Amino acid sequence: MLPRYYFMSVKIILFGKLAEIAGGSVSVDNVPDTDSLVDLLNKRYPELTTIKYVIAVDKQVITENTGLNKKSMVALLPPFSGG
Amino acid sequence: MSDQNLYERYHRQIILPEFGEDGQQKLLEAKILVIGAGGLGCPALQYLAAAGIGIIGIVDDDVVALNNLHRQVLYSVNDIGLSKAKRAAHILQQLNPEIKIISYNERLATQNALTLIDDFDIIIDGTDNFSTRYMINDACVLLNKPLVYGAISQFEGQVSVFRNKNATDVNYRDLFPDPPKDGEVLNCAEAGVLGVLPGIIGTMMANETIKLITGIGEPLTDQLFTYNALNNQVYTLNLSARTETRSLIPRSKKEFLQIDYEWLCASPVQQAEIDSDIFNGMVAKGNIDVIDVRELHELPGVNEFSHIRIPLAQLVDNTSLIKSDTIIAFCQSGKRSLQAANILSGIFGESKKIYSLRGGIVEWKKQKHAV
Repeated sequence: MLPRYYFMSVKIILFGKLAEIAGGSVSVDNVPDTDSLVDLLNKRYPELTTIKYVIAVDKQVITENTGLNKKSMVALLPPFSGG
Repeated sequence: MSDQNLYERYHRQIILPEFGEDGQQKLLEAKILVIGAGGLGCPALQYLAAAGIGIIGIVDDDVVALNNLHRQVLYSVNDIGLSKAKRAAHILQQLNPEIKIISYNERLATQNALTLIDDFDIIIDGTDNFSTRYMINDACVLLNKPLVYGAISQFEGQVSVFRNKNATDVNYRDLFPDPPKDGEVLNCAEAGVLGVLPGIIGTMMANETIKLITGIGEPLTDQLFTYNALNNQVYTLNLSARTETRSLIPRSKKEFLQIDYEWLCASPVQQAEIDSDIFNGMVAKGNIDVIDVRELHELPGVNEFSHIRIPLAQLVDNTSLIKSDTIIAFCQSGKRSLQAANILSGIFGESKKIYSLRGGIVEWKKQKHAV
């Protein structure tokens, strides 16, 4: 049986510098959870490893590895200091 | 001024059923401290003064510069070189002579933060750097002061309200526990900002403040509102308090005073900074590697001296490009190059001499044209 996340495409909304690095928002296929998502993004965009950001799944900021499904909405958001 | 005149001044908001005379009375009794009279502070101050906040404090140690005027809309060319706090107070007093405005022409530091903040009901953070932002957050948590937070970068803005009523309420450290180091996130001077953006975000901060005072509507408590000025996308995140962030916040005034917030955001080892003259001398002598650590698209371009380009984020992976025993890093303003110097000295240790160009390429070009 195929894993539940197979052929699943998750859309990632990126903000600030993160969007600049990735060239806008991105889609990622077949990631079961946020940890594997971060691993995959770091491989695709190594510069991401140098930046602090928070992860939100379905608009809730998370601090632990969180499972994803095909309806998951993921956002990565860096801090801003400008005023 | 008579009650009749007061009624007339605020008539259009008093007739709002949710707001009423009761709402106006609450505004007139409120004491609000706006920290930073810049891009966010200007519009926030303007609307708060117009709305009739009883006492407004303005903290800023900066002076008005020509490159402020595209976004700091309170000021005009006649204000250039003058104290922002004093000019803002003067201009706002003309807008509304019925309220009290106090200007603090000083930099917020751990020594004055608690005393200043303690005198007000709600604090508005319109500052432009992480060390002050973390200091304000911690002080507000410690003193149980509601904090209206706003921040901007290029075309995007963030707004949130931290109630700080109880120790378990969400604060900024629940979102970003530790400050990024200097240079990790570009500031407005380095990254640029569209002038209208702080106008929108600062105005939202005033709106949140008015909602907090009057109790109408739903403030952005436990939420982070984000706005993108380019595509009008709005995204609001829900925040939760984290137990582990509690330990990051000082538990007493004594502990607060002992924290060096500048250091928290500064690079771990201060490397040698050199000015344009020394830089020119070293370049003329040769046998050095000059590294531009800015992003590849950043302007101004440099063709006056030979150098290699390695953006800060890629520095660690590209040290093989560095051949000489003397390295000078430069960037736009001298912040990221200082961080680059620290990274490089972490890698090379004592084996290479590593410098950072103070004031960055902007200052260097200025010196060059001044000659």
